[in-house]
This record gives sequence, C-alpha cells and structure tokens, in this order.
Amino acid sequence: MAELKYYLVRRMITFIPTVLGVLVLVFIISHMIPADPARLWAGGEKAKPEVVEAIRKKYHLDEPYHIQFMLYLNDLLKGDWGKSPVTKRSVFEDIANYFPATLELALVSSILLLIMGIPLGIVSALKRDTIIDHIVRIVALIGVSMPVFWLAIMLQWVFYYTLNILPATGRGVAPQVSYTGLYLLDSILCGDFNAFTANLSHIILPAFTLSFIGIGVIARITRGAILDVLSADFVEFSIAKGLTKLQLYKHILKNALIPVITVFGLQFGALLSGAVITETVFSWPGIGSYTVKAINSLDFPAIMGSTLIIALIYIITNLIVDIFYAVIDPRIRF
Amino acid sequence: MADNTLLNVEELKVYFYTYAGVVKAVDGVSFDVRRGEVFSIVGETGSGKSVTSRALTRLIPSPGRIVGGRILFEGKNLLEMPEEELRKIRGKDIAYIFQDPSSSLDPLFTSGYQIAETMTVHATADWKNAWKRVIEILKDVAMPDPHKRAKSYPHELSGGMKQRVVIGISVSNKPKLIIADEPTTALDVSVQAQILKLLLDLRKKYDTTVMLITHNLGVVAEVSDRVLVMYAGRVAEIADVYSLFGEPLHPYTIGLLKAVPNPLKRIERIEPIPGSVPDMINVPSGCRFHPRCPKAMDICKREQPPLVQIRGGRSVACWLYAEKNS
Amino acid sequence: MRGLRGLKPREIIRNWKERNKSRIREWKLMYEAFKRSPLAVIGAILSVSFIILGIIGPYITPYDPCAINFETMIQEKLQPPSLQHLFGTDEFGRDMFSRVLAGARTSLQVAIAVMVIAVPLGLILGLVAGYYGGVIDEIIMRITDIFLAFPGLVLAIAFSVVLGAGIESAMIAISLVWWPGYVRVVRGQTLSVKENLYIEAAKAIGVSTRKIMLRHILPNIITPIIVLATLDFGSVILVAAALSFIGLGAQPPIPEWGRLVADGRKYFPQRWWYTFFPGVAIFFSVLGWNLLGDGLRDVLDPRYRRKLEFEKEIKV
Repeated sequence: MAELKYYLVRRMITFIPTVLGVLVLVFIISHMIPADPARLWAGGEKAKPEVVEAIRKKYHLDEPYHIQFMLYLNDLLKGDWGKSPVTKRSVFEDIANYFPATLELALVSSILLLIMGIPLGIVSALKRDTIIDHIVRIVALIGVSMPVFWLAIMLQWVFYYTLNILPATGRGVAPQVSYTGLYLLDSILCGDFNAFTANLSHIILPAFTLSFIGIGVIARITRGAILDVLSADFVEFSIAKGLTKLQLYKHILKNALIPVITVFGLQFGALLSGAVITETVFSWPGIGSYTVKAINSLDFPAIMGSTLIIALIYIITNLIVDIFYAVIDPRIRF
Repeated sequence: MADNTLLNVEELKVYFYTYAGVVKAVDGVSFDVRRGEVFSIVGETGSGKSVTSRALTRLIPSPGRIVGGRILFEGKNLLEMPEEELRKIRGKDIAYIFQDPSSSLDPLFTSGYQIAETMTVHATADWKNAWKRVIEILKDVAMPDPHKRAKSYPHELSGGMKQRVVIGISVSNKPKLIIADEPTTALDVSVQAQILKLLLDLRKKYDTTVMLITHNLGVVAEVSDRVLVMYAGRVAEIADVYSLFGEPLHPYTIGLLKAVPNPLKRIERIEPIPGSVPDMINVPSGCRFHPRCPKAMDICKREQPPLVQIRGGRSVACWLYAEKNS
Repeated sequence: MRGLRGLKPREIIRNWKERNKSRIREWKLMYEAFKRSPLAVIGAILSVSFIILGIIGPYITPYDPCAINFETMIQEKLQPPSLQHLFGTDEFGRDMFSRVLAGARTSLQVAIAVMVIAVPLGLILGLVAGYYGGVIDEIIMRITDIFLAFPGLVLAIAFSVVLGAGIESAMIAISLVWWPGYVRVVRGQTLSVKENLYIEAAKAIGVSTRKIMLRHILPNIITPIIVLATLDFGSVILVAAALSFIGLGAQPPIPEWGRLVADGRKYFPQRWWYTFFPGVAIFFSVLGWNLLGDGLRDVLDPRYRRKLEFEKEIKV
C-alpha cells in the first residue's frame, strides 16, 4: 500500500502542470487571439467606449502578456472571473450557482452509463456473435451517430408530448435545505420523499439522453476487454485450479475493468460536451444552459468562465479515474 | 498392478475444428500412470503432448473437442463426469503447473491470495487458516522472505519466484496427481534446475504423482520413472526410462536420441531426423512417421500400427514389432 | 503500338500484374472482406450518397433552399409534409426537403476542411514526436495533453466564439480541437514501428530521415489512421451540427442541419417535421461514416484477410 501512496502523490504533482496548461490555453483564447479583448469582454461592437476603456484599465490589457497572465491567475484565485456585460453579475458567483445542477446531471448520467453499458458488454461477450451481441453493436453505432440535442427533443416528444409520463423541462422542486446543491441527494437528506420523486422524474430524460451516446461505447469496450481476458493464460490456470464460476468472474471482471475505466474517463468528456448542448433543451439550470445563453448574448466572460470550469471538472474526473485505476491495478503504481 | 494405477487413459481423441480443417491433435492415445511415479510425456512441438495433458480434466478450449476415449482416474471416468464434479477434482486431486508462470498468475491479486483461494474453493482451509498455510507453502517452495512475498503482486516477482508460487498453488491441496506442462521452459536456464529439483522434492514430501510434459530429453532422463514418446498425436512408445534410453525401439525414438546429446549413452555424432513434422490437417496415411522413417515398409503406408505390449512392460506402436508379436 | 520501354500495353499490364501479384491479391481479399459485411456496405452507400449530395445537393433541390417568396409565404409557411413538400415547409414557406438537401454541402465542407487541416497536422506532429523523441517529443506531447484536457466540443465553442460566428471559424475551431487526437495515435504507432529492424537497416544505409518517416514508417501506421479518420468524419459532422445548434458555425440563410433543428424547436411539436427531418439527416450521414469505419477495421485487418484466404480461393 505504500506504493499506492507514492503513486497518489506523484499523480497529484502532475495534476498541477495540467491545470496550469489549461489556464494558459484559456488565457491565450481570451487575451491573445481576439484583436481587441477589452471590446470583446465588454460585449462586442455595441459596447460603450468608456466601458471598454474601464475594462482595459482594470485588467491591465496594455501590459505585456506575461504580466497579464500573472494578473489573470491572481484574479482567478481571488474568485474574480470577470463580470458579465449583460447581467452585470459576477461570473464566478453565477458559475457557483449553476455548477451543482450540471454536476448532478453528470453524476447521474455516469451511473446510468456504467450500470447499463457494463452489463450489456458482459452479455455480448458471453453471447458472442448472437443476436444480443449484434444488437449491442448496433446500439453502439446508433449512440455514437446520434446528434444528442436532437435525441433530447425526440425523447421529449415521446415521453412528454405524446405519453405525458415524464416532465420535459426543469429540475423539479428545490429541497428545503441545500446541503450539497444536488437536488436528489439533498431531498434524501431532508427526508422529503415527494421532492425526491419529483426531482428523479425530472432528471430521467436528460440523464438518459446524455448516457445514451456512451452506453454502446462502454458496452463494446467491456465486451472486447472480457474477450481479451478470457483468452489470457491465467483464466485457464484458474479453471485448472478448480475455481467456481463466481470466483472466475471476479478475476475476469476485475481485469476487464481496467480498459473500461480508461474509456469511461474519455467518455466523461463527451458527456460534459453533451451536457453543454443538451441542458438548454431540457431548461436544465446548469453550466450548459448558462453557456448557451452567454453565446447568444455575446457574454464573453461567462463563456470563458464556463470553459474553464468544465475543463477543471474534466481534469478532476480524470484524476479520480487514475486513482481508481491505481487502486485496481498494482502494476501502474510504480 | 490395477491397484497401483492412478490414471488410465484409453483411446483418447482430441480434434480441433478450425476453419482450415480438422486438426487431429490427439488421435487415439492410451497409457497408464502409476501412483507415486514421475511419468513423462515427451515429443516435439505440435505432437499433442500438451493437449493430452489438458484433456485429462477436459481443459480443451473451443474449437477443440474431446471426441472419444476414456479417462479413468481412481476408477472414475472423467470424460463422463458432470462439470461441477470435475471442477472439484481440478486443483484438488489433479493440479496443474503451466509453462509460463508470468501469464499463469492473475496480475491484480497477490500471490498469497491466489494460493489461498485455491484452498478455500476446495474447502481444505477456511480463509483464516489459509493464510497460515500460504506461509507454510511458500516456505515449502523455498520462497525467500515468504511473509513479504505472500503480499507481493506477480509483477513484483521474478520468473523463478512466480513459478514457485504456481507450484505452491498446485501442491496447496495435496493433490494425487500434479501435471507439470513444460514447467521450466519459460525460465532462465540458471533457475531451471532448481525448479525441477523443487518439484521432485515436493513429490516426495507431499507423496504425490507427477506427470511431466516436456520436449527436453535431458530433463526426461534426469527425473522420470517412465516415459511416453508422442509423435503427431499418437503414442510412439512407452517404456521405463532406462530401457528407453538404453534400447529405444521405435524408429522415431531412435532418431530422436540421435538428434540430441544422449545423457545415458555416448553417441558419435548428432544426426537430425530427416523431413519435418507432418501437417496435422492432412496427416500421412498409415503410420504417421513413415515419410521420415528409415525403416519404412509397405504396410506402414497403408495401416496404422497398433500399440503392442512387449517384454518388460514396454509398449510400442511400430510394424517392426507388431509383426513379431502377432 | 509501342508504349513504355518499347513494350506493348498488354505486356506492361502483365508485367505490372506480375510484379504486384501479392498486392492485387490483398486488394481482392479486402474487397471480399468488405462484401461480407452488410453493415460496411450500407455504411459505404450512406457515405458516398452524403458526399454526392454534398456536391450536387444544391443543384437538384426542387425549390430554392434559401430564397423567400414573400407573395406565397403566408399560405406556404409551416405546411406539413405533402407530395409538393416532402419534409414540409418552414416559417418562411421554404421547402424543408430542399433545405435539408442543401444542408449536406455545409456539413461536407466542414468535415473536409477538418480532415485537410487537422489530420495532416496531427500526423506530422505525431511522426516527429515519435521518431525524434527527447525534447521535441516532450514539447509536442505536453501541448497535445493540454488540448486533450478539454472536452472537445467545449474547446471548439471557446475558439469559435473568439473567431466569430460563421462556417470558416467553425472549420478552424474544430480543426484546432481535432489534431491532438491524431498526434497521440500516430506517436504511439510510430514508437512501436520505429523499433523494427528494417528501420535500423534503412538508417544504416543512409536513407534520409524524411524518407524513413514517409516511406517506411507512415505506410505501416496508416491503417488505424484511416479507420480513425473515417469515424472522425462522422464525429466532425456531429460537432459542427452541435455548434450551429447553439448559434455558432454557419449562419442563416445558409441551411445547416443543426441550425434547422434549433430553429424548428420554436414550433415543436406541432410542426414536428421542421425539427425531425434535419436531425434524421444528421443521424444517417454520421451513421454512414461510423458503419464504414467499423467495417474498414475488419477489411484492413490482415488477420481477418488470412482467415478469408482459407475460406475462399482468390485468383490473381
């Protein structure tokens, strides 16, 4: 276990340059690519000259880039992520408000993705080249070919407009007390069962939409991983040891999980991208809706803030994935 | 004699149904293994020796199939046994050691766990006692620092150490038969002898029987009591080790002994066997060795020689001897 | 008639056939492998139709996809699908079928632009990083990793916002996001191919580095790249549609599928056809590339071809 600790420390250390790199790239996009950043931040062509000038002064946009970058870092750390020229609100506070909804959606989608994708993959590996296997393959292809925003609308059509069994928009009822900002969790913590069912019914469509694009991918990877493990010598040796089916599966699944985790880390990026596009369709009050609103009103600081926060969520997810990976696989702890 | 027989194999046939055709990897192999002996099966790559050893507990992966024969282990036919009953024999009464220790162990579990689970699955120990036994077993297999090594993952062990763990797994339930399939081939030359000696020591200590599958005649001469020579999926001859090396009967065995330095006899020079291993899909008619046999006769091309008993408990499948007897 | 080096054309062909016997055999096997996969055939048909529509789509539309006829607009607007208007009409009375057909070109343009910009860029950087190693590798890979630390679409949004709305900025934005994936794959492949003895041999006899990379490494790593690029052709169409769905990318009146879906939402579900058909168009064109890519993986897999060899006599 000592190696695990060292591994975690080392992994944390590589986390810092990645975050720094992401900050540099966001800085380049917001400060260096635009011909006149101050004007862009102030809302574009129709911005008043005095506002543009004020921004130029406040963010020292006349200074050399390396100084600007230091000031930018300093502002970010202080929680000054800029101010929306449209709403005049602080971007940081807005993001803090919208963040829990996106986190909740991403978590529920991930859970759906795994609890549907992995079993489907196991079944198609064991029933290789049967009808089930072919269906999973086709589901995977449909999933990766589906425009997620359009799928969202079609699901609303079926489950809300036609069958009217699920709500089409919104997040449901806010629980009395907000512990985590995650409605489902908070309503359980409050013991508010009605709020819980309402929130659950609201999250089903958006979460299913987001997970659908990845279910097939996860299933196919699981299938391939299991087939690979099945052909490994240690499985034959384990059978020769007289292990029961159940114990055999324990060995096979643990080994097969390794590539699945890796792909899940990547798939989470697709899931976040999907959230940005799809939240608007479901009027889900998260970072995605916030970003799209900002795009339509040319609210540049809000867009950059959202980009940064989503990148951070993605990096942190991959950090967690790597840690999980190291816990499972002793070989990569070195 | 019958009492002394641990394993009796009769007319075992294992075919592989590949897209290129049917590979008759094992085609009518019969032999006995007696309690307490070291029984070796020797043959070239592709002779079917490994397939034979795995077929004993029906460890034949698709597209292979056991298409015929009888395997009596302590009087019970393993080929007709329900899968679950056979599972209880695997790893308990009949244990295996595979060729490559690096791939025999699950990389994600400690060596101790993998030994312990072999005992708990057969209920020869519960989890509490199993760990104590693990340490004893690791001491038995001469593992340095057993307490530390029990907690090591396979990637932290050398090839020799891994094979010690595999041997530990195989002896953990005090099996009646250990089938060692090329147990030293994948190892460093320097540790091969150690592992072989360990295997023999453990056979005495655990009072068990060893079936050794190898292509190495030197190893065979050193450790075996009796030897089965296989060629192209069939038995060439079966003999005790002294008779085999002293007076080989089958022309293939004679050729084989000339092709490598003979540990028991001085030979003038090494001669390769002419020709090459036959294509296992379109096997030669009659005796499979006849295209390469210096003493091939007419009948060899037409008919398969039967495996006939000769003096001193030897058997040989060759027309040279079949005619003499019949 | 005398052709090259004084040989008859028929002789030239025969000589060429003789020299490339094994290559022709492989092609025939590939064709055989391809024919055996119905999904790949469907994928090829969809992809080819998409390209053809992208080229000739705007010329074969039954109505003008962009122009608004103000005289008939009131009667014609938001009509359900009928024989005159297979996919119905939009709020300006324009024929949706024509607009969807014309939209193929927009998607095709973006996809081709990304393939032309991002794939070669990723290929070159990956080859260089993998082949030279050391500091160059370190620099290229660190930059690549930073790009890969963003979910692709999110970074594409940021780029296209700064570059301004429009189809060109969408092309550049998506290309900027797309190259790092190729660097990773190409570098990994290069590293493994580089170890081969024939590379050592080529170096030893003084073959130039450029030639080693292009003649000896590239052909050996191209298979997974082709498969990836085919699959990505579909992914790019999806990302481009997503960008225009949220208001970036191609701007009206240019018909763009993602944009059409977004515009139709105002009238959904009463005027469902407005949203429905453009989405179907996106789905099938992306599906085509995915099916084709999936099939190519088998076709380009030498092991699969060896297996076919046993099953079928291939004559050259």
